[in-house]
Amino acid sequence: MKRIVSTLALGAALGLGATAALAQAPSTLRNIQNKGFVQCGVTQGLAGFSMPDSAGNWTGLDVDLCRALAAAIFNDPTKVRFSPLSAKDRFTALQSGEIDVLSRNTTWTLQRDTSLGLNFAGINYYDGQGFMVRKSLNVKSARELSGASVCVQTGTTTELNVADFFRANNLKYEPVVFASADETIKAYDSGRCDVFTTDASGLYAERVKLAKPDDHVVLPEIISKEPLGPVVRHGDDQWLDVVKWVHYAMITAEELNITKANLDQMLQSTNPEIRRVLGVEGNGGEALGLTKDWVVRIVRHVGNYAEAFDRNVGPSTRLGISRGLNALWTKGGLQYAPPIR
Amino acid sequence: MADMTDGTLPARATSAPKVAFFNDPKTRSLIFQGLALALLVFVIFTAVTNAVTNLRNQNIAGGFGFLEQTAGFGISQTPIAWAESMSYGRAFLIGLLNTLLVAVVGIFFATLLGFVVGVARLSPNWVISKIAYWYVEVIRNLPLLFQILFWYLAVLASMPTPRNSHSLFGLFFANQRGITVPRPIFEAGSGAIGIALVVGIVVAFLVRSWAYKRQAATGEQFPVAASMAGLIIGLPILAYFLSGMPISFDYAQQGRFNLTGGMTLIPEFVALTLALVAYTAAFIGEIVRAGIQAVSYGQTEAGRSLGLAEGRILNLIVVPQALRVIIPPLTSQYLNLAKNSSLAVGIGYPDMVSVGGTILNQTGQAIEIIAMWMGCYLTISIITSIFMNWYNQRIALVER
Repeated sequence: MKRIVSTLALGAALGLGATAALAQAPSTLRNIQNKGFVQCGVTQGLAGFSMPDSAGNWTGLDVDLCRALAAAIFNDPTKVRFSPLSAKDRFTALQSGEIDVLSRNTTWTLQRDTSLGLNFAGINYYDGQGFMVRKSLNVKSARELSGASVCVQTGTTTELNVADFFRANNLKYEPVVFASADETIKAYDSGRCDVFTTDASGLYAERVKLAKPDDHVVLPEIISKEPLGPVVRHGDDQWLDVVKWVHYAMITAEELNITKANLDQMLQSTNPEIRRVLGVEGNGGEALGLTKDWVVRIVRHVGNYAEAFDRNVGPSTRLGISRGLNALWTKGGLQYAPPIR
Repeated sequence: MADMTDGTLPARATSAPKVAFFNDPKTRSLIFQGLALALLVFVIFTAVTNAVTNLRNQNIAGGFGFLEQTAGFGISQTPIAWAESMSYGRAFLIGLLNTLLVAVVGIFFATLLGFVVGVARLSPNWVISKIAYWYVEVIRNLPLLFQILFWYLAVLASMPTPRNSHSLFGLFFANQRGITVPRPIFEAGSGAIGIALVVGIVVAFLVRSWAYKRQAATGEQFPVAASMAGLIIGLPILAYFLSGMPISFDYAQQGRFNLTGGMTLIPEFVALTLALVAYTAAFIGEIVRAGIQAVSYGQTEAGRSLGLAEGRILNLIVVPQALRVIIPPLTSQYLNLAKNSSLAVGIGYPDMVSVGGTILNQTGQAIEIIAMWMGCYLTISIITSIFMNWYNQRIALVER
């Protein structure tokens, strides 16, 4: 009899425990503060955006956003753990709570924002899809690609855009779909496809992996809008705000010309806007659930948006991408941050 | 309890001993089984309710409605007609057909190669048996995914670009984009050829069973193989000419990038099939060897003493007995092959997992897609098992 009762009790405890644990949505920020690090989903290796260097440290524009989050929360940009994810696995990893934020050149679309149960926290890179072909094919425009084999990565907006492009222009093509970026570029390099397609930034990043990068050319057409940005789970507005404003803080710092180098000088500034942003006046950071000096922490450890861009993908790097659409709105680009006040 | 205290033994064998209901083994087992069942139901119910609640909280749409939506992506190998404007459901079906295609072709060739390897290992010829031995030892000790990648890169690396295709009579082409053959176009009247083929097969098997019966009764032999081949190939050819040659061919042409026209076997399919066949054949070879060795050597000697040739001893005496040992583990290998085909995703073959993965990603319906995958693999495996169990029973030793 005792055994029956204890079996019942155990079963009930297990069941109820599970219910309780799953039913309540905990605060992601509190959770991160308790465990001591940010779990950040990144690519499996895309030069300039998220890629481990020879010492195993992750670097890149997307990685810097994660580091800025860690800097803002812990005052330590190393308190990040990275989960390399394929395009296919990324949303499941975020939905299931395996990662806190997905910073993995992910295109913001209506469908992802709604039916996937996700929220986009901003746009840290304005991109568009392009094509790369072998120079020897003598192709000048994407409209000449009828009948071509196209290597593309699965689970991406790219896969749909390329289908739309060929359908809209009444061209034939053969899609060859791979699970990871590495497999895709390897198949293209070995001659399986005539065309490799992904976001334009990705084309430049992947081209450096080819056996003879100079034998390949990126076609002029950009066939889609690809606003790339960090993603969080739907339903935790506080965490969404944190990610959103950490991104805006980097842009605002660039607008106000606050850099790693001049930060200490700026802290002495009399300009009320700079004083407010750096937390010398007001308490915007505390409203976010962070500290007053959250922007100071971000700039000190990671730098402003321009610094992150130039360090990872800018003209002086192997990728050599100019700011273009990603310049500040004051310089003819699209990067624009709401005021921090 | 009272009995024990006053020292007398309970009466035995007069009636079933009276025990409290909770000490009755039957009642107890019922109670515990009922509790276990209730617990299981409760756990499943909780898991499902939790999943539904969490999905709703996260605003993730559920249900299978997405299968009707427009897919919008391309697929490289489509056994049935496909356009980007068709639905996710049809895309999944194409993935399923591609999985079945590679499984059926793979099982067929793996069985052939496996039997050859198994017999070769027992060959008295030292070279042949050693080749078979090393084949088995090397292949079955390497991971399958690695072999698939090897075959894929080997196939791609060994083939020329489309502009320099290997060509045979200008009809058959091989290059990095696959193997291209002329595509038959069936015009009106070609149905007669299909009917002739079916009739040919049926008649051929009738002839075979008639010939066997006659041989059993009279001992007279009949050229069974030749007449079967004649019926199955000859009748459709006859029908083709009688119905006015209604099949024409679409020949491949050199296009700007690829060959256009014809039918193409994509390199992903070739590589995956090669890898699955080579890998599974190594295991089947060992199963066949074990099966043959399980047949007592006396059977072979008995055959020899009757004056049968070695080939006939193998075909008529050893293999039929060995099959009883071979079939059950062979079934497992067939199931493995079908399931291993899901590794296709590594080389971009559009199988059920690859296409389903794309759908999963475009729609975010993870639970539904995974349930569909599991349902399909389970169905494929169960059908294979049922067929193999039926075959196993058919060839089982009939005791007289």
